Amino acid sequence: MGYIAVRGGAEAIEASIERLKYERLRKGRALDVGAAEAGLRALVDQVMAEASLYDEGIAALSIKQAEGSPEEAVFLMRAYRSTLPRSHYALAVDTRAMRVERRISASFKDIPGGQLLGASADYTHRLIDPSLRGETDEGAVAWVEEYLGRVAIDACDTNEASEDSAASRPEAPPASAIDYVRSLGLIEERQMDDAEPRDVTKKAIEFPASRSERLQILARGQTGAVTALGYAALRGYGATLHPTVGELRVGRVAVYVPDPFAAGSAKGDGDAYYVGELRITAVETLVPVQVHKGRGKTEIEFVLGFGACFGQNETKAIAMSLLDQCLESGDKRSAVQDEEFVLLHVDSVEATGFISHLKLPHYVTFQSKLDSLRKARGAK
Amino acid sequence: MNRERLYNFAFFDEGSKREVRRAILKAVAIPGYQVPFASREMPIARGWGTGGLQITLSLVGKEDVIKVIDQGADESVNAVSIKRLVVGTTGIRTTDDAREATIIQSRHRIPEFPLARGQILVLQVPMPEPLRFVESSEYATKRLHAEKEYSGAYLALFEEIMKYGRVATGADHPVLVHDRYVMAPSPIPRFDNPKMMRCEALILLGAGREKKIYAVPPFTKVASLDFEDHPFEVESLEGRRCRRCGAREVFMDEIIDDASGGAEYQCNDASYCASRTRARAGAPASGGG
Repeated sequence: MGYIAVRGGAEAIEASIERLKYERLRKGRALDVGAAEAGLRALVDQVMAEASLYDEGIAALSIKQAEGSPEEAVFLMRAYRSTLPRSHYALAVDTRAMRVERRISASFKDIPGGQLLGASADYTHRLIDPSLRGETDEGAVAWVEEYLGRVAIDACDTNEASEDSAASRPEAPPASAIDYVRSLGLIEERQMDDAEPRDVTKKAIEFPASRSERLQILARGQTGAVTALGYAALRGYGATLHPTVGELRVGRVAVYVPDPFAAGSAKGDGDAYYVGELRITAVETLVPVQVHKGRGKTEIEFVLGFGACFGQNETKAIAMSLLDQCLESGDKRSAVQDEEFVLLHVDSVEATGFISHLKLPHYVTFQSKLDSLRKARGAK
Repeated sequence: MNRERLYNFAFFDEGSKREVRRAILKAVAIPGYQVPFASREMPIARGWGTGGLQITLSLVGKEDVIKVIDQGADESVNAVSIKRLVVGTTGIRTTDDAREATIIQSRHRIPEFPLARGQILVLQVPMPEPLRFVESSEYATKRLHAEKEYSGAYLALFEEIMKYGRVATGADHPVLVHDRYVMAPSPIPRFDNPKMMRCEALILLGAGREKKIYAVPPFTKVASLDFEDHPFEVESLEGRRCRRCGAREVFMDEIIDDASGGAEYQCNDASYCASRTRARAGAPASGGG
């Protein structure tokens, strides 16, 4: 037979989907979604950020269904997100009001409020620990209990963080390390821009893009892609001088939705409802740039790059802050300074989708090109 | 299944459908102009027909009958996958017969049976920008369209004539719509380009990843770009005859015969071929391949 190579599509697809399920289950173990949510925090964070959907439970379920593939899990989350009505926009989150879990500065040894390492793999030795093989749920519970007995941490570290916990934040958040540099007059001053951000998921991006659009696309960009382009900028395709992390914070921020019935609520001066907390990573990077001061004089000034994403994903957030600065610079000598190049190529669902479409049959287009080639050869 | 409870009729929430329809209306009002739209992520991959799928899902009603083809075949894996999603979220009827369908979603082909008034052809588009290979910046190509500055598109064809002695485009040969916008007809073979000219059906083109929708309303003038001394040419069909239904003058797949190793030909439009085969036999299809 084989008169059309792709005949019998329906049965083939059914069989392929079944085989996929078999691959997921063939070792006779069903992955517990709760265990995935609890134990795969970094992956859950990465998937939520790239999906632009903050829901640890749905993320863990997607990760299970995707057998741990971030691109597939993000894809599931994004497709689900497409079906959700968007009823409200939250008020802008002030990252200074963050319930800080980790806060470091590479610029100053002593920052106001102090350095706080929090949870980080930075200073672990990457030696595989065979003892983790024998871990049990009971052991985990016992260890946590013992740990909390001797270490005082903010124990409201759960999804069910209440308004009380948001309200119990320290009244005066520690001043940012950036403020100090700013007070010295070393940072290029910027106008505060309170323009309503344009939602890239509700309106297709057009160029030139606004900064709000750029930051949204970078924040939901594929971790690997944002990291690669940020790295390129750091190596010399973009940044010419070595940037410094002014401040990196990981912690929880409260989200408020304005009262939909109150006049002027969109500006945040009406009542607002507390709807929950998000854990985010936020980075401000100081990038030295040369500024021409006229009469052939140049000075070095710092420019701020900003990066932020859902969950704890520090490499991505730092890379994003570098790209933010590259795109703000207005200089287009390098590809990572070209917003079309960066913004149109970092999205996981778009990139993986178009690359994977090469697996689809292209008989017609190939046949058409073949005809052209034959004719062209005949013509010469 | 709880999947059905988690999702709406035709997948989208009604607000999303309305947004897509608004873009479609604008596209119909400005033939050949690429309307940016807030392309949603779909349960099938970007680049696999999400633009077409969003158009289809925003338009489909309970009375519609849908046909989905990929590279000319109703049973191609991706066509089946798209059909499963549309039917799974709407419960509407499908057909293989291009004459019976109210909505035909297609990748890379326009059916051989002429389309009729009232039908909608939805084409999936990978690269909606016909000038992209001349100019890589979206900002710049938008301006070129606004200024009707198409010398780059013609120069690209001219360069091919200089290099190869003829225009050497494959599928997706650019067209001029209603004497105004140069448009990518999607990667249909050149053979299908003339079918767009004053087509009775509404043709909607959707590019999900690139977030553009554009349209050719019924009876619109659609001309393939060419030169007076190098007129547009479709693929050569000379001496080709379908080994199943005997058709000539339709777009053929080239099949490598297992036994002889030589090339044979067969209609690319599978349902067209099947209906001709049935008609010739005067009975249900007798000749398998």
